[in-house]
Amino acid sequence: MKKIIGILLALTLSLALASCAAKEANPQTTAQEVNVYNWGEYIDEIIFDDFEAETGITVNYTTFQSNEEMYAAMKLGGTDYDVIIPSDYMVERLIDEDMLEKLDFANIPNLSLIDDSVSISAYDPTGEFSVPYMWGTVGIIYNSAEITDEITSWSSLFNSDYAGQIIMFNNPRDAFGVAVKYLGYSLNTTDETQIRAAYDLLIEQKPLVQSYDMDTIYDKLEGGSALIGVYYAGDYISMKENNPDLKFVLPTEGSNVFTDVMCIPKGATNKANGEAFINFMTSTDIAVRNMEMTGYVSPNGAAAEIYGDGLDVEDYVIQFPSQDALSRCEPFLNLPQATLDLYSQLWSDLKK
Amino acid sequence: MIGKRKLSHRLYTYLILLFLYAPIFVLIVFSFNSTKSRTVWSGFTLDWYRQLLQDKEILRSLYNTLAVSFLSAAVATVVGTFTAVGFFSMKKRIRAPLLYVNNIPLINADIITGVGMCLLFVSLGSFLKFKLGFGTLLIAHITFNIPYVILSVLPKLYQLDENLVDAAKDLGCTWFRAFRKVIIPEILPGIINGAMIAFTMSIDDFVISYFTAGSRVMTLSMKIFSMTRKRVSPKINALSTLLFVAVLLMLIIVNLREIKQDDKNKKQIKKMKEIIK
Repeated sequence: MKKIIGILLALTLSLALASCAAKEANPQTTAQEVNVYNWGEYIDEIIFDDFEAETGITVNYTTFQSNEEMYAAMKLGGTDYDVIIPSDYMVERLIDEDMLEKLDFANIPNLSLIDDSVSISAYDPTGEFSVPYMWGTVGIIYNSAEITDEITSWSSLFNSDYAGQIIMFNNPRDAFGVAVKYLGYSLNTTDETQIRAAYDLLIEQKPLVQSYDMDTIYDKLEGGSALIGVYYAGDYISMKENNPDLKFVLPTEGSNVFTDVMCIPKGATNKANGEAFINFMTSTDIAVRNMEMTGYVSPNGAAAEIYGDGLDVEDYVIQFPSQDALSRCEPFLNLPQATLDLYSQLWSDLKK
Repeated sequence: MIGKRKLSHRLYTYLILLFLYAPIFVLIVFSFNSTKSRTVWSGFTLDWYRQLLQDKEILRSLYNTLAVSFLSAAVATVVGTFTAVGFFSMKKRIRAPLLYVNNIPLINADIITGVGMCLLFVSLGSFLKFKLGFGTLLIAHITFNIPYVILSVLPKLYQLDENLVDAAKDLGCTWFRAFRKVIIPEILPGIINGAMIAFTMSIDDFVISYFTAGSRVMTLSMKIFSMTRKRVSPKINALSTLLFVAVLLMLIIVNLREIKQDDKNKKQIKKMKEIIK
């Protein structure tokens, strides 16, 4: 009997707790907070404590795995983000669809610390909606102990000498990007014959490819079970720590340069807090800490310099490519729906 | 001949065990690896455990997971038990179709439940001015937990001797008193089972949480999923190891208690037999 009363008591107690917890999770406007939505593993999470100490605003932090996932979550509704950090082409799409708030730059004085070369951009031509967070390039990573040829071009990823050792991106835009660049076309081509030519090339490459991968590329290249692949420069730095034989090459044909950007969704509840957060993220010492944690490069010039001083020459060239090399790289732009449909159709044909 | 057979039986058992536990074993081993690699062993470290305890975001998602699992299991157990009693006292003609309805969410794909709840919450939220958050996450978990509780309590009710309840009432019990003193003790194993299944289902769930958690809370499984664009940090290995050890300990304690209980019962029976003699 006592046992039963005990159980019942425990249940009522937990019910009471439930209502408390529910209230705590949905505070009514009085508590200062900011809801941030970012890529996974893409920030030094300790800085949230500093932000709270500095401003009294609590950070609720949630993460996504791809731009498309973030877009779907925003479209579905019922969410309440104050700051989102998608990539360039997705920002362009969000602006086109009127899903972003214009920023009040009076609240973001640190914008002046951002290099003009990054902040003036195709995805946000008026610069009213966004502040860049990190940028980087895509290139070839290979095991120099096993591959002694000099790698300079995308052609290496289509070279039958490396059959069974090649790792390709596992998403249509990036995978087609490799083929399109190799053929000398623009990353943002909408010409169907060019895209179909890239498709033929990828079909030809398919028997040589060991696997289409994203995050498992780390282990495969580090452990030597694959010898050559394509991935982000920032992640190469952390791969090299585990396998010093790995090398990174920005192909001569040019590549993709991406920028991940902070913006505020339309109708955000805590817009001013969001702007305070963006300002905080742009400050020099926070940018340095985020760079050291993620290995990507901040557009804050002073911070980039501090971070660059800690790199050896080889890594420095990778993280800060020359103007000449960068001039051959392109950002992804938002494509018309017809082209996106073509990509996803060809991609599923390729993966069959 | 027999020896050989025994050997092959044993080998087969070991193979099955290896097959079941190898992934967990690898995970545990690499939680002590000194680099982030998941393939190259480069030395022993406890660093990931230290980092795990400092990672506020992972700990917060662990807290969310435990809170939502515990609360939803508790609520679902109460609701589910009463519902099961209700089902039990219905006529079969009404009960059968209702049980079918109860079973549908169990077989239904999680993604449909998840998207459905999300759409419901979003459209209700736009009228009643609330957003997705811990509250909606909890409601979703309670909803998908209730059928499991009902299904594990009902069989116990079928085993119940109805005369017991009648006898209790005959001796002056009110309905609720009879429920408390007669029915609950009889079906308690089913209730506890149901609560445990509900708790486990909640901890396990990814898809439904993903669609109903909104912009403030993340459960552990959501957190781990979002970390897979980049390399999964060995901190996750460390956390999984701790969870595995905790569950293992819990199982051992439960089993030990059962063994003790059995011994006690046997002794009692022996004593009684002696007395009868």
